[in-house]
Amino acid sequence: MWDYTDKVMDHFRNPRNVGVVENPDGTGEVGNISCGDALKLTFKLDAEGRIADVKFQTFGCTSAIASSSVLTEMVKGMTLDDALKVTNQDIARELGGLPEEKMHCSVMGMEALQAAIADCRGESLEPEDDDDHEGRVVCHCFGVTDNKIRKLALENKLTKAEDIRNYSKAGGGGGCCLDEIQEILDGVWREKKESPEESVQDAFLSLPIIQRVIRIQEVIDREIVPMLERDGGSVEFLDLNDKVIKVRLKGRCASCPSASVTLRHTVEGKIKELLSPELTVESVN
Amino acid sequence: MNKKNKVVYFDNNATTAVAPEVFEAMKPYLTEFYGNPSSMYYFGGRVGQALDKARAQIADLLGSSFIDPKGKHSEIIFTSCGTESDNTAILSALQTCPKRNKIIVSKVEHPAVLNVAKELERRNIKVGYIPVDSKGRIDLQRLEEMVDEDTALVSVMWANNEIGNIYPVQKIAEIAHNYGALFHTDAVQAVGKVPFSLDDMDIDMLSLSGHKLHAPKGVGVLYVKRGVRFRPFMVGGHQEKSRRGGTENVSGIVALGRACELAKANMEYENTVVKALRDRLEKGILERVPSTRANGDLEHRLPNTSSISFDFIEGEAILMMLDEFGICASSGSACTTGSLEPSHVLRSMGIPYTAAHGTVRFSLSCYNTEEEVDYVIDKIPAVIETLRKMSPYWNH
Repeated sequence: MWDYTDKVMDHFRNPRNVGVVENPDGTGEVGNISCGDALKLTFKLDAEGRIADVKFQTFGCTSAIASSSVLTEMVKGMTLDDALKVTNQDIARELGGLPEEKMHCSVMGMEALQAAIADCRGESLEPEDDDDHEGRVVCHCFGVTDNKIRKLALENKLTKAEDIRNYSKAGGGGGCCLDEIQEILDGVWREKKESPEESVQDAFLSLPIIQRVIRIQEVIDREIVPMLERDGGSVEFLDLNDKVIKVRLKGRCASCPSASVTLRHTVEGKIKELLSPELTVESVN
Repeated sequence: MNKKNKVVYFDNNATTAVAPEVFEAMKPYLTEFYGNPSSMYYFGGRVGQALDKARAQIADLLGSSFIDPKGKHSEIIFTSCGTESDNTAILSALQTCPKRNKIIVSKVEHPAVLNVAKELERRNIKVGYIPVDSKGRIDLQRLEEMVDEDTALVSVMWANNEIGNIYPVQKIAEIAHNYGALFHTDAVQAVGKVPFSLDDMDIDMLSLSGHKLHAPKGVGVLYVKRGVRFRPFMVGGHQEKSRRGGTENVSGIVALGRACELAKANMEYENTVVKALRDRLEKGILERVPSTRANGDLEHRLPNTSSISFDFIEGEAILMMLDEFGICASSGSACTTGSLEPSHVLRSMGIPYTAAHGTVRFSLSCYNTEEEVDYVIDKIPAVIETLRKMSPYWNH
């Protein structure tokens, strides 16, 4: 018979915050069924980046359930930075102590929290990455480091600060660090001495349709339209049908005798270069 | 914790209540008859007679009729517990067969046998572990392949403590004897629950423990069939014909004798009424709780034992919640609590981890009632549902 404190038993009998937060900002899953305990922690942040809602699902013994339950109470209202400082000792202390043999339950709570926070920040917890040490904090709102940004960029072939924001929330607070993030990204790809778009090519066709459309729109807006505008023309992206992009040439281009050359070389050439050689472009009038 | 309400005790494979009759029988030997049975005066000798009576009561339950020239049932040796009996039997077999360097045990033995085997492995004794199938049944074919002229002892339990399986000990004994090996059985869970007739069997040694059949803790027996060579484990005085040193636990032995007498009288009840209660409990739980299974060889098991796996939740949490209702059960073997691994028995059977961690053993006795069974059946579904709602693996 384990010597559980009244607080452990209270949290076991009346667990707080059981379940899964809908559309969570962070999900941490640690342990597995063969180990005999597993914890899935989900939380949602408020506008200020504080843990507004947090829920747990635990497969495990009395103290695993109690550790998870008390953890949700402890971290609610915390910023992620503060939540990351919560140690397993804190969890055990909050419960009035755990049997020595059951301390792993509190460790599981801490790890799930860290994993959930890492998930929230788009971080990977892979320990083998040597660069994944502390690093310099770039985004102070979400505590994202330059190392983390580089890692994310390389692993996910991200070129723009907005991508980093989507992957890690860095810059998602006030947005004041987005320029700095972009500088880091530019440096990453300069160092790699390769165009990130080259490596994007293969991946392009496997993107979800909405992502492909967005990418095409971005390439047309940023790369192609400015070129055509120099000549008083423009192009409008209409549709994507499998690998066929439908556009409408506008302005001078629409009536230009060499419209087909423009279409083939300028528009399709840039699309093939930056997105995928598989793509073709057709003009619709 | 439930402290004022009733206790529903469904953990009789862990230990049992001392029967009131047993307590009455032992009381005088804790008070007025405190003499040492080895003493020469009548006061001690009277105590010695009490031991002989107990020996006869135990022999009667086991179906052992042999009486030595002094009129004693000397196949019965008193020990302190089942574990001591198991240790004694295994080490004796190896010592009396010095040319043989191997023992064979099943993978589902109690730690009192299994850990002795592991310790012997460290001392360069070869150990064969007989596998079991998904119902926990012993693979006799594998045993045949494993046993050889180097085997000193085969030890297979009569009945398993966790799932209740009853093993074909007579057949196993015959296989062992074909190769000149001795056969020992840990019958701690079987004694008092199923009838024995050792006179008609080829079992060389058998272990039993008092507290599993309504006698107190701290008394056990090692049965050693007449003619089987024996070396003591506990060396000391001339007690038990110099086969087990140490002053006898007189009150415990008297209690065990009386408990065996009661067990024999209750054998029919155990295998009809208690069995029906167990079946009612098991059926009731399986019907009311989804994703649940009964473990073991359901047709060949102890009448009082039911091992039920509840998928996707963890056993200790189940037990703690049942405890809130005053319900006492066990998760796997009580001896394995504190370890993080699910029970070796369930793992040997290949029970998936999703189920092994959530396995609860209910073990009944003649003191349980239908009302208690229905109370447990009533409480279990909500407990399981509560825990499953907390489990990340439960998707229903």
